Amino acid sequence: MADQKKLRIQDLAAIRDKTRAMLTIREGSGRAKVTVHMGTCGIAAGARDIMDALLDEILKQGVGDVIVTTSGCVGLCSREPMATVELKGQPPVKYVDLNPQKMRRILSEHVLAGRPVAEYALAIGSETMF
Amino acid sequence: MKPYRAHLLVCAGTACVSCGSFKIKDALEGEVKKRNLQDEVLVIGTGCNGFCERGPIVLVQPDGVFYQLLKVEDIPFLVEEHLLKGRPVKKLMYVPPAEKEPIPKMKDIEFFKHQRLVVLRNRGRIDPEKVEEYIAFDGYEAMAKALTEMSPEQIIAEITASGLRGRGGAGFPTGKKWQICRQSKGRPKYIICNGDEGDPGAYMDRSVLEADPHAVLEGMVIGAKAIGAEKGFLYIRNEYPLAVKRVEIAIRQAKEYGLLGKDILGTGFDLELEIVQGAGAFVSGEETSLMASIEGRRALPRQRPPFPADSGLWGCPTNINNVETWANIPLIINRGAAWFASIGTEKSKGTKIFSLVGKINNTGLVEVPMGITLRQVIFDIGGGLKNDKKFKAVQTGGPSGGCLPAAKLDLPIDYETLTQAGSIMGSGGMIVMDEDTCMVDVARYFLNFTQEESCGKCVPCRVGTRQLNEILTRITQGLGEPSDLDKLGSLTDTIAAGSLCGLGQTAPNPVLTTLKYFRDEYEAHIRDKSCPAGVCRALIAYYILPEKCVGCLLCKKNCPVEAISGESKKVHVIDQDKCVKCGACYDVCPVKISAVAKLTGRRKDEVLGRSGATGEGR
Repeated sequence: MADQKKLRIQDLAAIRDKTRAMLTIREGSGRAKVTVHMGTCGIAAGARDIMDALLDEILKQGVGDVIVTTSGCVGLCSREPMATVELKGQPPVKYVDLNPQKMRRILSEHVLAGRPVAEYALAIGSETMF
Repeated sequence: MKPYRAHLLVCAGTACVSCGSFKIKDALEGEVKKRNLQDEVLVIGTGCNGFCERGPIVLVQPDGVFYQLLKVEDIPFLVEEHLLKGRPVKKLMYVPPAEKEPIPKMKDIEFFKHQRLVVLRNRGRIDPEKVEEYIAFDGYEAMAKALTEMSPEQIIAEITASGLRGRGGAGFPTGKKWQICRQSKGRPKYIICNGDEGDPGAYMDRSVLEADPHAVLEGMVIGAKAIGAEKGFLYIRNEYPLAVKRVEIAIRQAKEYGLLGKDILGTGFDLELEIVQGAGAFVSGEETSLMASIEGRRALPRQRPPFPADSGLWGCPTNINNVETWANIPLIINRGAAWFASIGTEKSKGTKIFSLVGKINNTGLVEVPMGITLRQVIFDIGGGLKNDKKFKAVQTGGPSGGCLPAAKLDLPIDYETLTQAGSIMGSGGMIVMDEDTCMVDVARYFLNFTQEESCGKCVPCRVGTRQLNEILTRITQGLGEPSDLDKLGSLTDTIAAGSLCGLGQTAPNPVLTTLKYFRDEYEAHIRDKSCPAGVCRALIAYYILPEKCVGCLLCKKNCPVEAISGESKKVHVIDQDKCVKCGACYDVCPVKISAVAKLTGRRKDEVLGRSGATGEGR
């Protein structure tokens, strides 16, 4: 049993890639950042389900380098649940009136394929967190 | 497994642990669970983050938000606000001295901004108890490269070209050291990691071992291949239980994974590593006494030559390097000698870790490129002196180092310039002193330390440090004589010339440098019986200024020996015969009144008269 664990050179890279994907988040960088707005209004409108769907879809698609984070109320409470997608080097896009299906589609099309989903989007731009 | 959307990196270095970071970690885990976030938010303990002054510390990633001085009571609010609602909590963030607005992100904080993390690259980033996390950041890649693609000569050539020098203090070129040991004919050969860090206030090695133990192990495997050793020891002092524990775990995991032991990574190379716990004698950090200690004998240095490379452990060729030196090796192999040599100065390459302590705002562990000035380290990273006091001196290199004055603040830090100024790089202790520090008293303090830690083998060190200590003590008691300064001079020369090991040779450094840069203070003590900094108790007296005293009774109530007499709204008086000079009255007298004065020298005699001076300091 113990011997099965013994690594060969090529195993190192496999461990590295697998663990690294989980740790990208610690370096504070990834190819994209998705912010789910979780103020009281967002939570009441179902932001929790959006977050669950997002994390579930990330798991299903095996994505390792997308950062998921939360922020407070954006001020547009009537359009919650909301999320903001920021691809590296591109302006942030704010999505409104989300449901889990919409979130899944945004992940596949915008985050992973780079094509913003225009029909769910409110605007380009985002508030700053600090 | 679902990916976590946030990682909470809790500093679990010894300094933070001692102010309760394990409790913070438990509280975070409990609160995250209570909020049902345990599948989204991961809590991890990391090695020392470095900003020990502000512990316990938590870094929230990916946001990069830095929380400090945390208490268990803060945790529910922190988790609810930041992790549930996404609102970073301002009141738990770092606010620089003399400013009002907090700085949310770690990378924007001055203390971190000017540092260059090479050896400490994994601090606060990986869980040191998980080898997979070390591997994730290219861990053991350099070892794989060295074992499969490089000959021992190539490894040594790479290390030599990098310009790496021993981080234990003396700064001997590492490549050359390995080369000499490689050429030595005896068998078997040993390698040693010197983790016997004995300088008061220094904890660089402990931090590396705690934060990134695998980096040291990996460096040792590479060194073993270069030298031809099949057995290695890590000598770690007993006072470092957390470091010992983390290295034990690291060795066990590395062995399970075939990264240590027999047939490493299937390459046919073997290396066994073993921890030896030292009992904490300062002299054990000296290489020959460290080896005596591993062999089970008393830690005493011996004459060199023969050098350990020819005759070390049990008479066999032995290569011994400091923790920080070993931890540099994987990076040099991985990123190349040219990259390493691009950092630092002409003769001192790479970075150096310093433990910044003393009267400084940002106490902590910093890693900076060689060649940075003392001023940058103390004022930019260290945030200057506490309570806006004036800088007086900095002691580099621990008790064997020297005290450098303000005029030397712009010296670039490298081995040669520090030595020229009369101090040493040492292992990287840096003690900052302010205007309220008496330099004679400081020299006495360090000599007291070296005298106690002298192993006693060489007479000049054993007896000489004692004499130095006695003379310095006499001077601080106001019993110094003009001839003492010459005596100090000849004693220091004798001790430096007549001692076998580095401890003895450098023990006089604090005296030599304070004599050189602060001679006026010695003269004031001897000639005027005055302690300009107001530290040496025998030379000072506390006196209540009648024109300022409002008779508030505060000092009277706080005096532990009832030396103060006086009634409400009437001037108080200190009975100099009863006073033990604890300074309690001086501290409690309100700043806007400032009726208690600290007198010394001529002024003391004028105010109190000769008879008022007490001879004995208590």
